[in-house]
Amino acid sequence: MTAATLPSTSTPGAPAASVAPRTRSPRQLAVRRFLGRPVAVAGLVVILAFIVIAVAAPLLAPYDPIATSWSAIRKAPSAAHWMGTDENGRDVLSRVIFGARASMLAGVVSVLIAAGIGVPAGLIAGFAGGWTDTILSRIVDAMLACPFLILAIALAAFLGPDLTNAMIAIGVSTAPRFMRVARAATLDAASNEYVEAARALGNPPWRVALRHVLPNIVPPVLVQGTLAIAAAIIAEASLSFLGLGQQPPAPSWGSMLNAAQRFLSQAPWLAIFPGLAIFLVVLSFNLVGDGLRDALDPRRR
Amino acid sequence: MSGSLGARIGQIIPTLLLVSVLVFGLQQLMPGDPALIMAGEERGDPQVLAQIRAELWLDRSLPEQYVHWMDGVLHGNLGYSWRIRQPVSQLIAQKLPVTLQLAVMAFAIAVLIGVPAGIVAAVYRNRFWDYLANAIGLAGLSTPTFWLGIMLILLVSVQLQWLPPSGYVPLFEDWRQSLATTIMPAFVLGNAIAAILMRHTRSAMLTALDQDYVRTARAKGLREWTVVLRHALRNALIPVVTLGALELGTLLSGAVLTEQVFSIPGFGKMIVDAVFNRDYPVVQGVVLVTAFLYVLLNLIADVLYVVINPRLRGA
Amino acid sequence: MSHVLQVAGLKKHFTVTKGFPKPVTTIVRAVDGVDFAVQPAEAFGLVGESGCGKSTVARAALRLIEPDAGSVRFGDTDVLAARGGALRRLRRRMQIVFQDPYSSLNPRRTIGRTLAEPLSVHGIARGRAAREQAGALLAEVGLPETALDRYPHEFSGGQRQRIGIARALALQPELIVADEPVSALDVSVQAQVLLLLRELQSRRGLAFVFVSHDLGVVRWFCARVAVMYLGRIVEQGPVAEVFARPRHPYTRMLRDASPIPDPSQRGVLPRVVGEIPSAAAPPPGCHFHPRCPRATDRCTQEYPAWTDPDGHGFACHHPEPAG
Repeated sequence: MTAATLPSTSTPGAPAASVAPRTRSPRQLAVRRFLGRPVAVAGLVVILAFIVIAVAAPLLAPYDPIATSWSAIRKAPSAAHWMGTDENGRDVLSRVIFGARASMLAGVVSVLIAAGIGVPAGLIAGFAGGWTDTILSRIVDAMLACPFLILAIALAAFLGPDLTNAMIAIGVSTAPRFMRVARAATLDAASNEYVEAARALGNPPWRVALRHVLPNIVPPVLVQGTLAIAAAIIAEASLSFLGLGQQPPAPSWGSMLNAAQRFLSQAPWLAIFPGLAIFLVVLSFNLVGDGLRDALDPRRR
Repeated sequence: MSGSLGARIGQIIPTLLLVSVLVFGLQQLMPGDPALIMAGEERGDPQVLAQIRAELWLDRSLPEQYVHWMDGVLHGNLGYSWRIRQPVSQLIAQKLPVTLQLAVMAFAIAVLIGVPAGIVAAVYRNRFWDYLANAIGLAGLSTPTFWLGIMLILLVSVQLQWLPPSGYVPLFEDWRQSLATTIMPAFVLGNAIAAILMRHTRSAMLTALDQDYVRTARAKGLREWTVVLRHALRNALIPVVTLGALELGTLLSGAVLTEQVFSIPGFGKMIVDAVFNRDYPVVQGVVLVTAFLYVLLNLIADVLYVVINPRLRGA
Repeated sequence: MSHVLQVAGLKKHFTVTKGFPKPVTTIVRAVDGVDFAVQPAEAFGLVGESGCGKSTVARAALRLIEPDAGSVRFGDTDVLAARGGALRRLRRRMQIVFQDPYSSLNPRRTIGRTLAEPLSVHGIARGRAAREQAGALLAEVGLPETALDRYPHEFSGGQRQRIGIARALALQPELIVADEPVSALDVSVQAQVLLLLRELQSRRGLAFVFVSHDLGVVRWFCARVAVMYLGRIVEQGPVAEVFARPRHPYTRMLRDASPIPDPSQRGVLPRVVGEIPSAAAPPPGCHFHPRCPRATDRCTQEYPAWTDPDGHGFACHHPEPAG
């Protein structure tokens, strides 16, 4: 365009074109998009149900999950024991209900540990750049070079087998993924001109990082977090299955499957129900994670 | 991704060095005195303990211990198993081929299932076959490896009695028996990767099908499946190959559980046994070797990426 | 002479490492010795093809990136030496308007919050007072006060650019660096935004550094102009003078390539020779010589010195004839 084509009649205070009647924040829009996905909402409902089961386990379980009974060993599912009984005569349903505690706790706590380490590291690496970034990224490369479960097994082995150590091991092994996601999101957010504008306005660097960059890395971290809970629940079940997580007689889905393997031909129900529980919870977290990703980033296919 | 392979090679050395520090550092997390574990029944004898400490350099400073250990590693000496008093490298060399056989079969199964499923999903985008492929893929990703293994044993071995539930026969001893003992674990192991490959193939195909050269091929009047297989797939496979290589970690992690479920005497079972025997040098050796394999395979994938993709050759 | 902004010997180099199998490190001289000065209330244009370093100059002048060498003075203050509080006070006096109206506003903040931020950072106003001032700023750029509670995604590109201008005005700066402020907008909207900028300039007595690749826009908006090529200024002077009688062959090529609205003034078809080379490997001697119709052997060896007979300067061994 050139000077001569400028319409001399237009005024600088040109009218603001039509503006939407009701305002919605990006967050409200994302919530609406999420609620528009029945599959994701179903996943959320299942997760909430399992949280209720885990919290209210003592009220819901029909029997004591660790009380053995020599008169009810390996009984098939019946009216008295909906999911049957195990090799020590314990009620499988009650153990599955109490097992939700270990799984949900491990899923959430280990992801909190992972995010607690990974997100600040990623934010610092992405924001500071230079040597800080190089060193942090190399450490992450090194940790990612060790296969996830093998690293978790090694950590759990050296720390000693129990649920707390399993959560620490899973959390530490998951942290590099969070660091990668947070770093990439930080670089992405920091390349926006509004971050430059924030600096130009005189904000000190820490304020730019916390007030302008951090809020914009929340969506990808949230998605990663949800999917990571799914992975962490599988990892806890795996470690418990190997005997490196929750220790008997305390119930956990993974260790129940370990015991079930010995009685596969005589008592298959022992193997079916805890596995179904893991599958259902993990599937739900995956569904919610996928739904969140689509809701938070509408440009994605 | 592989904008500068030279730089990638340069990155590997510090990465491997850091891995070695990490693996060495694992030892420091261990509660209790390694010498006490090694001494076994002679733990009451201070002379034996002192001798063990001297042998393992446990009486030296940490940096000295690391340099000593690293010197061994660089000469192919990963230490000695505390339990069976054999070199760790020898143990790994024995077990690795078993896991490799399993991994190669699993990867082949994953490609045979995942890639066609991904193509079908992309071609029938947002229609029945796409939804079905996605649903099965998501279910596959959400099923714990070891539970899938147990369920398969229940169905195939216990109910149908088609295949043995556990055990392993080496490939060169009796290949039929070998396949019979490994096909089920390989399927279990390949399952998660098939789901991941399906997702990658689908999205790569969707991108490829959207390109101008595909439109041109269609405009020329080629049949749809010719367009899909000849023109789109070739370009879609490039990212799939490299992303597939990245799943080696998933494969090795899964192998630990699969070998446990099917009692296969491989790499994964070795690390679990070592953990319970508190045979720490073996645990360290396994972590170090898997990390090395992973880094190596990634480098190969990066090189492949450049070789397959002519656009990157000049970079 | 009182300048609001004075830039001298400004340099900014970037290092890039890439290549296989042997990585090669190259130094990209994005800005390679740039001098210019802006008077109070003056609109100073910076033109050149994309990749010539004009945006880097703009950002280095505001110290949004750290230059490698040279000096930047704002009034009496050394911009490059300022730290902490002094730098904050400087930032109050010079602001920036960005090219991309979509990435220049934080999508998670209401317009009200975005406009109140500069006021709170500098302790000028908070709460209700800040909101009132933000509303006044919106009115000044021609938007209704109701926009305060809305989010950026509810506005068009032109409206967003007005909001970006309002944010820059909030601190009542003396200088605004406008980095391609209308390039991302539709032509009809460009005109409105340009008129707004001009009105603000005369009402508030603002000085502008106006970065653009569009000669027409610069010709209309600016009083003086500097033409950049591969990290250096090749010609500088009053806009009418420079574009009517370009001395550097590059300026002439740019001018001939930009459309002239009056058909009777059109001469021969514009001739554009070649493309801008990479700043990583600028040609030896005068950077422009491979594309220059007037180039001689001397141009391939020796970078021409700056000559400024009458306030219209240039760097060329064989300038186009004056007048």
